[in-house]
Amino acid sequence: MREVAAPLLTIDALEAGYGEVQVLWGVSISASAGKLTTIVGANGVGKTTLLRAVVGTIRPWRGSVVFNGDDVTALSPHAKAGRGLVLVPEGRQLFNDMTVEENLEMGAFSRRAARKFGERLDQVYTLFPRLKERRRQAAGTFSGGEQQMLAIARGLMSDPEILMIDELSLGLAPVVVHQLFSALKLLKDAGLSIVLVEQNVHLAFALSDYAYVIAEGRLFSEGRPAELLSRPDIRKAYLGL
Amino acid sequence: MMPLLDVHELGKRFGGVEAVAGLTFAVGEGEIVGLIGPNGAGKSTAFDLINGVRLPDRGRIVFRGDDITGMDPRYVVRRGLARTHQIVQPLATMSVLENCMVGACFGRADLPLRAAESIARETADLVGLADRLAEPASQLTIAGKKRLELARALCAQPSLLLLDEVLAGLNPTEIRRMIDVVRTLRDRGISILMIEHLMQAIMGLSDRIVVLSSGRKLAEGTPADVAANPAVIEAYLGNASLAGFESTGA
Amino acid sequence: MRPAEALRRPTPWLIAAVVLAFALVPLRGNNVGLREELLLAAVYVILATNLNVVLGYAGYVNFGNVVFFGLGGYLCVWLVSDHAWPLLAAALSAGVFVSIVALGFGLGILRLRGAYFALATIGVNEGVKAFTANFPPWGGSTGIYLSIAAYGPLGGPANALWTIYFLLVAVMGLSLALSYAIRNSKFGLGLRAIGQNEDAAVVLGVPTRRYKAAAYSVSAFLPAVAGALFFFKSAFIQPDDAYDLVLSTEAIVAVMLGGQGTVIGPALGAFLYEELRSTLLTTQAFSNFQLVIAGLLLLIIVQFVPGGLMGWIHRRWPRMKRVLE
Repeated sequence: MREVAAPLLTIDALEAGYGEVQVLWGVSISASAGKLTTIVGANGVGKTTLLRAVVGTIRPWRGSVVFNGDDVTALSPHAKAGRGLVLVPEGRQLFNDMTVEENLEMGAFSRRAARKFGERLDQVYTLFPRLKERRRQAAGTFSGGEQQMLAIARGLMSDPEILMIDELSLGLAPVVVHQLFSALKLLKDAGLSIVLVEQNVHLAFALSDYAYVIAEGRLFSEGRPAELLSRPDIRKAYLGL
Repeated sequence: MMPLLDVHELGKRFGGVEAVAGLTFAVGEGEIVGLIGPNGAGKSTAFDLINGVRLPDRGRIVFRGDDITGMDPRYVVRRGLARTHQIVQPLATMSVLENCMVGACFGRADLPLRAAESIARETADLVGLADRLAEPASQLTIAGKKRLELARALCAQPSLLLLDEVLAGLNPTEIRRMIDVVRTLRDRGISILMIEHLMQAIMGLSDRIVVLSSGRKLAEGTPADVAANPAVIEAYLGNASLAGFESTGA
Repeated sequence: MRPAEALRRPTPWLIAAVVLAFALVPLRGNNVGLREELLLAAVYVILATNLNVVLGYAGYVNFGNVVFFGLGGYLCVWLVSDHAWPLLAAALSAGVFVSIVALGFGLGILRLRGAYFALATIGVNEGVKAFTANFPPWGGSTGIYLSIAAYGPLGGPANALWTIYFLLVAVMGLSLALSYAIRNSKFGLGLRAIGQNEDAAVVLGVPTRRYKAAAYSVSAFLPAVAGALFFFKSAFIQPDDAYDLVLSTEAIVAVMLGGQGTVIGPALGAFLYEELRSTLLTTQAFSNFQLVIAGLLLLIIVQFVPGGLMGWIHRRWPRMKRVLE
């Protein structure tokens, strides 16, 4: 019998919401080391809420987040980043008036990241040569695709063990999306664990090792992409029928 | 038969963005029509245009044969078109009963307090708030507030009810109850146009579905037709061609 | 609400009791000192109770509410002194005239909301004050003096002072009755909906523009009549006293202190505030402190007890909601 390593990140029965409105009704997900795990689902089902609750931007109402064997549920996003659990948020949220370099520096704030700053910077510039070219340019002047590149790069500067990305392809041209995914593949091959929330199902499944389908704040289905695509599940999750 | 609500080539622009563009659809009497679409598709804007909260840039809205395009919301409700809001707006310090009475007093008919009170009590009973009449609205749970929002709109005695995400944030039991209430309303002759993200619920409830995407009508038909429509599937699941990246190379 | 129904509730009786108390208590032993004190209290109650219609019910902070009081005073004193009108006619005409003017102003400034509206009401007050100060028929910045002869038709100064007092008490009673009637009417329901959430009220069909203007105008009438009576009694009116923003602010404090949006609250707040104020004025150490106290009170209320005294009572003893409205 093959031994299965404990997952790097385990989310158990997570519940969260905003104010009085509950959005997540108990979602359980695990991400294995060195794998790319995707979370798909229609708009408004709670994918972004899930990532925010995991990383700590919003406080989970119930449930737990275990990372590398430690219960990190109540830790701040800052503390989690210090342990290697990093989020690239939806809509990029870059510091628009700062240059590429400055944005990248901001990504390396934690002590863990500061130690490896030089090494990481080289890595990032190798992965995204375009960013190196324009490293003195203000982030706000970039195109959507370049901004997404920078957002991922900034996430990488935090020296993550697991990188969570909220929406990659939203609003980007196919060519750009392909480039970004190629970069992600390289990172995965180099050993980075990735959790990707993505609206484009086909895209997500083309790259992921394992996928979770969320509908109406709950886990609807999970499995290897090939399996999921062969069932009518996905359509049912997104369209209700 | 003339439709109850006829929306024709409706358009609205905010700055550089066309929130709604050339939107055309109708709601017939006794129908439950579901309005779905990805985030930012223009659904709530469409509601705002229909009940007069925002002025359309172009297009027409005809309700029961009368042109109500750009009409002040106050007069729209008097014609028999009421709506609820996605973010509920209870009149906080006023009681549940008083909230409903406001809806009844100033709704379809200009009613005096006493008549309004009996309608308010009846309607509160229908939505399940009969035992909370004296409570200040601020003290209700989210489910209660959603029910109050619905009750208040109902008190206006509308022939068409616009429901904006009336199921959002409710637990499964509450969702089932609310769905039953919506069905009861239709049985009583109130036509319904509803925006909803809970796909299973809205596909199950609606007689017809209108799909919006980027402000335009993408598809229209029975729930089964719409769910099988390739354009709709693509709008929700994404462009399948994007998955072919392996062949284009890095 | 039908009269029969209204009489079954405690509040109308409470109002009647208060009016009787005000009228009868100073009469015992001809207590002129007490009468003067209660007269001032009555003025505060009138201002606060009427202000409550716009501030407490509809949620619009009428910072310049004193303009009704002052303008009413000016009209009355001028009609009596320059045109020898009898007091009652002058006072009532002042009330009507100020209401109409208020309607005009109201339709203009009620398009504004929140802080902008509040500022606009101050603008109205200052504007009317400036106009008055430069209007020769009204004595400009010097004001108008009433001669003793004006009290002749009322049986001489001593009798006149009592008559005016009773009239003011009557105006106070009417103010409370009006507030009660409005609160329990469809008009009041609409105003309160506006006060809670004006946008929701519009969607619910409340005729917000009409209702707000009506509230502003109606809330001007009795303060104008009160101003007419008050300044006639003082036999002297002058712009700074007539359009005193301090009094305006004190009216707001009174409403908030007592409990905005209730019937009794503003009156209670006015009474308590006036008592506090007069105590402070006579105490050497605090004689000019009343404004600081007023300001502090406002801060504390808004932060910790936004419902005022009535709010606190209603929360502590929910049954009292029926008894003390």
